[in-house]
Amino acid sequence: MTDNRFFNRSELIGILVLAVFLVVVLPLTLDVFRLNLVAKYLTYAFVALGLVICWGYGGILSLGQGVFFGLGGYCMAMFLKLEASSVENTKIQSTPGIPDFMDWNQITALPLFWKPFNSLTFTIAAIILVPGIFALIIGTAMFKRRVGGTYFAIITQAVAAILTILIVGQQGYTGGINGMTDLRTLKGWDIRPDHAKVVLYFFEVGCLFVCIMIAQFIRHSKLGRILVAMREKEDRVRFSGYSVANFKIFAFCIAAVFAAIGGAMFALNVGFMSPSFVGIVPSIEMVIYTAVGGRLSILGAIYGTLLVNFAKTSLSETFPELWLFGLGGLFIAVVLAFPNGLAGIWADYVQPRIDRLIPSRKSKPEGWTDSSVANGAPAE
Amino acid sequence: MFGDYSIGDLGSIFVMQGFAGLILFSVYVLMALGLAIIFGQMGVINMAHGEFMILGAYVTWMTSNFFQSYLPGLFSGYFFLAMILAFIASGALGMLVEWVLIRHLYKRPLDTLLATWGLSLMLQQAYRSVFGAREVGVELPQWMLGSLHVTDSIEVPINGVFVMCLTVLITISVAYVMYKSRWGRQVRAVVQNRIMAGAVGINTEKVDRYTFGLGCGIAGVAGSAFTMIGSTGPTSGQLYIVDTFLVVVFGGAASLVGTIASAFSISQTQSTLEFFMSGSMAKVLTLLAVVGILMLRPQGLFALKVRK
Repeated sequence: MTDNRFFNRSELIGILVLAVFLVVVLPLTLDVFRLNLVAKYLTYAFVALGLVICWGYGGILSLGQGVFFGLGGYCMAMFLKLEASSVENTKIQSTPGIPDFMDWNQITALPLFWKPFNSLTFTIAAIILVPGIFALIIGTAMFKRRVGGTYFAIITQAVAAILTILIVGQQGYTGGINGMTDLRTLKGWDIRPDHAKVVLYFFEVGCLFVCIMIAQFIRHSKLGRILVAMREKEDRVRFSGYSVANFKIFAFCIAAVFAAIGGAMFALNVGFMSPSFVGIVPSIEMVIYTAVGGRLSILGAIYGTLLVNFAKTSLSETFPELWLFGLGGLFIAVVLAFPNGLAGIWADYVQPRIDRLIPSRKSKPEGWTDSSVANGAPAE
Repeated sequence: MFGDYSIGDLGSIFVMQGFAGLILFSVYVLMALGLAIIFGQMGVINMAHGEFMILGAYVTWMTSNFFQSYLPGLFSGYFFLAMILAFIASGALGMLVEWVLIRHLYKRPLDTLLATWGLSLMLQQAYRSVFGAREVGVELPQWMLGSLHVTDSIEVPINGVFVMCLTVLITISVAYVMYKSRWGRQVRAVVQNRIMAGAVGINTEKVDRYTFGLGCGIAGVAGSAFTMIGSTGPTSGQLYIVDTFLVVVFGGAASLVGTIASAFSISQTQSTLEFFMSGSMAKVLTLLAVVGILMLRPQGLFALKVRK
């Protein structure tokens, strides 16, 4: 099974190492509070994973991933909030049975677009479909007209700005700047105690590996190669008869859906959702996770996310002033010195040494590997 | 929504909101001019543009404090010196940034976006460490306070008029520099064909550096003008950066006329809508309209026809 359509041998080892790290090492060494923090970081790893496909392979830089993260997160949070706002829980309100922030904003009936979120099935479908369709609309409008590159980045950024202003402004329908807080149960199962957090962590890791497998499959399929070809020489792919726009739309939609799953996981694991995870600043931060991990490396994106977030938590706890300098410096250093991020450093410096240490191993598996792409990659 | 107002009232409302829109327009134009030069001419996405503007604002604030303590007699004219200092400070920082950072990234426009975003984070923190997190406001000289009575129901603030005159002046000088001077011709030559421009003896690297410096310098002047109408904090620049990029893209990059036209339409739409609904909804509708139009017409209002 060393060379099937999901992974080659070295990738299999990498995935197994990550699995052991996330499933065995972290839960055994961290207490529940820290494990919950890791769960929060891993929700961003979904976004980073999507960006590897969309940005690393497809060459489409989206600065609006926070939009999809937010849409997924808000869909989940709406379901949880409705469950937490049952008539018994909210009987002190002037209108019992609606979320507390609606009551504060003198809204007396549940708005129509909230009603379907009483159903978990609808919610799960919405988490995938709402961001997916939204990405489809944006992608179709932009890529069919051959808008790309920097223009696309600016427009996605504007979309992120619009959605944030909208959520903050429509306080009665969305909870405003505070977001949706006080989420309690999922189908009657309390998500707040410690054992629930552990269960949710493992559930999240499971979902993450499903997404990793999807990403690996895309990468090893013909589709993945067309994406790379398109990034390098779009016109030649178009002249070869491929519909470049459709491939771009697909990559963008996949990235959006991954981000939305991450957002839904965020609402479950962290217990609230707010517009501060939707706007421009978080969206760009999500790009840097991918850039640090290596924009061409599926596993690198996950390590990059964990690393940047650990650094952020520990640095901003102890030296709040230094953190922004550190983050800014990281952006510049990654772009100037390490365009392929951690994965690039690994492939250039660590991998050759390991190969030398284990002489019996055949040097590189046949075909298409991270480093063979990395060598010619950074150009836009 | 018009029912409660008489025709005369409505007229006054439109004039007053139109005037508020003109002040917003001035800020947009001043910021977008620098950005249009950098993004339109060089293709560099400078996310730190807002921070260059804030640098100009802080320079103005320091100059005003200096005049207040040491040269109170000349206080009424401090603004003109402050503007020049703001231009020099932001321009010099811009040239430094170009030399250290941007010139390595001309072939990778998306990466300049990330790198300059990093730069903007660092500058914000630097401002916060040096000037404090609180917003600062400059003391306006006496002659800029008050307002002009046009009719009974229409008043226009003098500082707004001043900022607008300044905008017109700066726009004309930029247009002159870009389209009439020898140096502007060199810039446009480099944009159209870098290799040929180099072949006929233009020092393209130097042109790049000065172009970037000029764009940042204009941002500094924008910041200087900005202090006349609002207070300055470490993160004020970030509030405007997305709007400004939309202004430039909407107008059609590389077109100064387009930039001005789009700044005008966006600011007027926003300030007129602001009267009839909440500020946030006005902004959402304006931005949605811009994004919608850009999806239908991606090249912007005034597109330059260049063979790619």
